[in-house]
Amino acid sequence: MADNNEIRYLTPIAIETKKEKYCRFQKYGIKYIDYKDADYLLRLVNEQGKILPRRITGTSLKYQRKVGQAIKRARHLALMPYVADMLK
Amino acid sequence: MTNRYETVFILTPVLSEDQTKEAVKKFKDLIKKGSGKVHHEESWGMRKLAYPIQKKSSGFYHLFEFESEATFVDKLETEYRRDERVLRFLTVKMDKHHQEFAHRRRNKMAEPKDNASEAADQRPAPRRRKEENVEQRND
Repeated sequence: MADNNEIRYLTPIAIETKKEKYCRFQKYGIKYIDYKDADYLLRLVNEQGKILPRRITGTSLKYQRKVGQAIKRARHLALMPYVADMLK
Repeated sequence: MTNRYETVFILTPVLSEDQTKEAVKKFKDLIKKGSGKVHHEESWGMRKLAYPIQKKSSGFYHLFEFESEATFVDKLETEYRRDERVLRFLTVKMDKHHQEFAHRRRNKMAEPKDNASEAADQRPAPRRRKEENVEQRND
């Protein structure tokens, strides 16, 4: 009887495999992050305009500092908002 | 010792076209006079601001790339602050990667004008543009 309660799947359930994170700047050899390119920087912020943490983007520390710098410059020049809602 | 700098400033949208040109010329002359050499100049024209500055929702952006003594930057920025036509300004020192990037960017902008029709067919080589690289990754 106990065997009947066992859950069986027709297809094996997808077990979430950890995807290896990597630094996009190191991978593609991007040495300089431009503050003038707001469209690109938009990928590195969340929909409120906050800078995404390294643990999510996988950026290395060296480039995360540059990302922060670039975003802050873009905000100063009103190319990007300081505060926003539904940015994406 | 001279350094490479890049400066962007935003002018008020209330100015007429001639007044805007005049203001841009004023800063260009100032850089030239201050022992600086203007390497590159870019006008982005009227742009919408991401947030209002001094109750204005748009502004006229202009960029200069120049070479000068470090002491000159202070003079330029004082001039920006005194001028009430300037909403915002930003001056950054360019490191070698930034200079290289600016150089490539300029070439890229110059190219499409020469062969605009060809450019549509030819795909730029991968790895050249950072935007494309990341698009590949995201898709």
